[in-house]
Amino acid sequence: MTSKGETETRGNGDAENMHDLPHSRLTSPRLRVSPSPRLILWLIVAVVLLYGVVYPNFHVVVASLQREGYWSLANYREVLSQSIVLESIFASVGVSVLTVLFCAAVGVPLAFLFERYTFPARRLLAALAALPLVLPPLVGTVAFIFLFGESGILARLAQSIFALENSPWSLRGWPALLFFHTYTMYPFFYMLTGAGLRRIDASLAEAGQSLGAGKTRVLALVVLPQLTPSLIAAALLTFMTSMASFSAPLLFGGGVRVLTLEIYTARQRGDAAVAVTETVILAVISLSALIVFQRYEGTRRFAAAALKGATKKRQAIAAGRARAFAIAGGVIFSLLLILPVATLVLVSFASEGRWTVQTFPPSYTLANYIKIFSDWRAGEVFLNSLAMSAIAAAAALVWSFCVAAVMARKGGHNWKRVLSWLILVPWALPGTVVAVSIAEAYGQPSPLLGSFILVGTFWILPVVYFLRFMPLVVRALQASAEQLDPALEEAASSLGARWWRRFTRVTLPLVWPGAVAGTLLAFVIALGEYVASVLVFVPNNRPISIAIASELRDFNLGTAAAYGVVLMVMIGVVMMVATRLERLRT
Amino acid sequence: MPLLSLKNLSKRFDKTQAVADVSLEVERGEFFGLLGPSGCGKTTTLRMISGLGKPDAGLIEFDGSDITNLPAERRGFGMVFQNYALFPHLNVFENAAFGLRARHKPNSEIRERVNSALDLVQLPGYEKRRVDELSGGQQQRVAIARAIAIEPALLLFDEPLSNLDVTLREATRVELRELVARLGLTAVYVTHDQEEAFALCDRISVMGGGRILQTGQPRELYERPAQLSVARFLGRNNLIRAMRLSSSRSDAGEFKTLEGGHTIRIQVGERDLAPLNQPCILAIRPEHVVIGGGNNNTVNALAAEVREINFAGATSSIKLDANGLLLEALTLEANGLSAGAHCTVILPPERISLLKNE
Repeated sequence: MTSKGETETRGNGDAENMHDLPHSRLTSPRLRVSPSPRLILWLIVAVVLLYGVVYPNFHVVVASLQREGYWSLANYREVLSQSIVLESIFASVGVSVLTVLFCAAVGVPLAFLFERYTFPARRLLAALAALPLVLPPLVGTVAFIFLFGESGILARLAQSIFALENSPWSLRGWPALLFFHTYTMYPFFYMLTGAGLRRIDASLAEAGQSLGAGKTRVLALVVLPQLTPSLIAAALLTFMTSMASFSAPLLFGGGVRVLTLEIYTARQRGDAAVAVTETVILAVISLSALIVFQRYEGTRRFAAAALKGATKKRQAIAAGRARAFAIAGGVIFSLLLILPVATLVLVSFASEGRWTVQTFPPSYTLANYIKIFSDWRAGEVFLNSLAMSAIAAAAALVWSFCVAAVMARKGGHNWKRVLSWLILVPWALPGTVVAVSIAEAYGQPSPLLGSFILVGTFWILPVVYFLRFMPLVVRALQASAEQLDPALEEAASSLGARWWRRFTRVTLPLVWPGAVAGTLLAFVIALGEYVASVLVFVPNNRPISIAIASELRDFNLGTAAAYGVVLMVMIGVVMMVATRLERLRT
Repeated sequence: MPLLSLKNLSKRFDKTQAVADVSLEVERGEFFGLLGPSGCGKTTTLRMISGLGKPDAGLIEFDGSDITNLPAERRGFGMVFQNYALFPHLNVFENAAFGLRARHKPNSEIRERVNSALDLVQLPGYEKRRVDELSGGQQQRVAIARAIAIEPALLLFDEPLSNLDVTLREATRVELRELVARLGLTAVYVTHDQEEAFALCDRISVMGGGRILQTGQPRELYERPAQLSVARFLGRNNLIRAMRLSSSRSDAGEFKTLEGGHTIRIQVGERDLAPLNQPCILAIRPEHVVIGGGNNNTVNALAAEVREINFAGATSSIKLDANGLLLEALTLEANGLSAGAHCTVILPPERISLLKNE
């Protein structure tokens, strides 16, 4: 330990004499010339933000404002005069607003149910309810097609029961999109409302009741106002995720054209100007939403209620009918949650090409799994995804510590605000926007990279993954840093520890479990990433999601499902490790 | 030359003036107290001494040199925090060794000094324990060991005993006083507990509203509060509104009480001379009020009626009404008095202080 400490602060020899002559150093101020680690960290942070966030976005905005080398609004005039673009803007925003409402309608009551009542299997169901959060959107979409699609299991079941000629429904358009979005995004409301409810001091509601307010009145006037910050945060997350949604509109959006899809098709057409312009429009809408929500959140923040209060005890649902109803509801709910995943597992064992008109696949085999693990070309996508996600996640971890170290110092509030904004931007921007901006900025020789071109290399996807998911890690680290008692650092300071020692010996050991949990989350999301990957992947370095999509296109349903199942298993294992870590922290 | 001197320190937080024009001097080897109600600026002052807060204006000098802008980690002062601020990821030994490691001491010296620090706080054998396994009192001792292990040039305490229960608090108080004296350390101690400050400190500055109201030895503060707010803050007091009479001689003062219209004589030094015919306040501690006895020549003897007797174990508090002037007396025995009884109350002149009415 000592030797490590010595190498760290070599050049501060005057610290040695501190004990023997406690105040001699006070009278002889000496200039420190050792290179400050702080300066290096500042440089790293500045360079990454300049290359990763500022320049690409700046480049896209500039490109959208130019036509053949001249400044012009022609791109916007052209794009906004197409009715299909206006429709897609309307559809994106409309779907997102409706998604927020639907998710709130499902997630909030569910949170109340799980936080306020006990009933059989409550814990299991509560854990299940968060399941869609870790389901990669593409895998979820595929599972939905197998289960709810017009030739999915449920439709065939209905057909065979009622002897129908055609499928009774089709999984297309707005209803399909909203159904899928609600299924995958309600956990935002469920989780955040639950956390909010747990924070509310039960004595406040009791105080309300003792003052003569009825249950509804207490709910409306005491509980809901305190939940507002949680609800706003959930609405923001849902809205942004929905705006960025790509897999579902692509695979069963039908006639619904959303912006992410328009950008993708414009790029496939090779219409860079339109793609870039639409990218800017999508980015502006997303960032405006972020600003509006945050502004509103700021006005509605409540001071943390008294810590001494207890949270409300869960009430047992005891009455016969209510209990039966709760159990039945719980079973249906968990079936709804599990069925898509179960379907995926089922289809992954189906023999390729044999499942034609039957309700369930008629024969089962391990061939799909054998295929993706024995064929090098099929199996390498796992290694690709693992490698690229690991690189991105590790970089994000290191990066988050750089940011935390830079932000740890007091003062410089304006700088810090700029910094946090720049870090937040890639998170707030849809994956499509991030991918397009990086591809556009580093697709030709750029002033920042010289003759090096990022597009078409192995590194483009790790870079995009890093940019998309590093805000998650930074947030996780900041959240655990905020729980630290500031007196700890002050104590270290009063004991003679300088900035670097305080950071490495006090802050770092206390916040790393949170940071690593955030890193693992970023890692699993990157494993299943599709939105950005589909725009910039390199053919000889395909991630898992691209393989799933191409198997699906070739109607190799079993293989696509098998990929999906393996991906989910990988995600499950990593999440279990993350949960362990989370427990370690408390 | 004082070891530590603060000169006209001021500090604002947004709209509140937390500390205003605070000046004080701490001598080498002194146990110095900052006493006041919450929000009086005492902790802010301590943080500026430690270097954890920067003053907006003013000067901090230590051993003759200006340390106003020296960061905390270079001051070499030990600090004991209110919530102890022990490092939860380190065991007892490493907590106590933290400051020595920051000074890159050799391991053998660290072991020696940490062990002797833990001995001093009576925690030998606890080296390997996790700090969250310790009781509040033990954590407190670790915090003290950690601060003294660096052999601090100055030891700062921020209400270190406020999280302990009453009996432990009193026992720790005694030990702390002995420990600091044995090590020959200079200490600045912040507290809102008057009894604690009196028991521990050689000298105390009473603070209020960000200012120092009065500085002095505990006895001096208690018996001769200079201001109404000091008198109010330091224990119970009979506060008598009065007007100085023109008949006063130079070596004594005669006052007319506004309630009851009694004439009261006090011993007045130069500094205590109150302007004529201006309302001022006389203060006398309940335990200095004498009931009964005296003769016709006794000064400040007032006829009074007993209103109420409150038995409080060792002492009894007697509420008296002297013709509209309400007084409280504290006696060891109630002398057979009962409510409604008539008696004589004597206010000994040497026990009465004249307060500045701020």
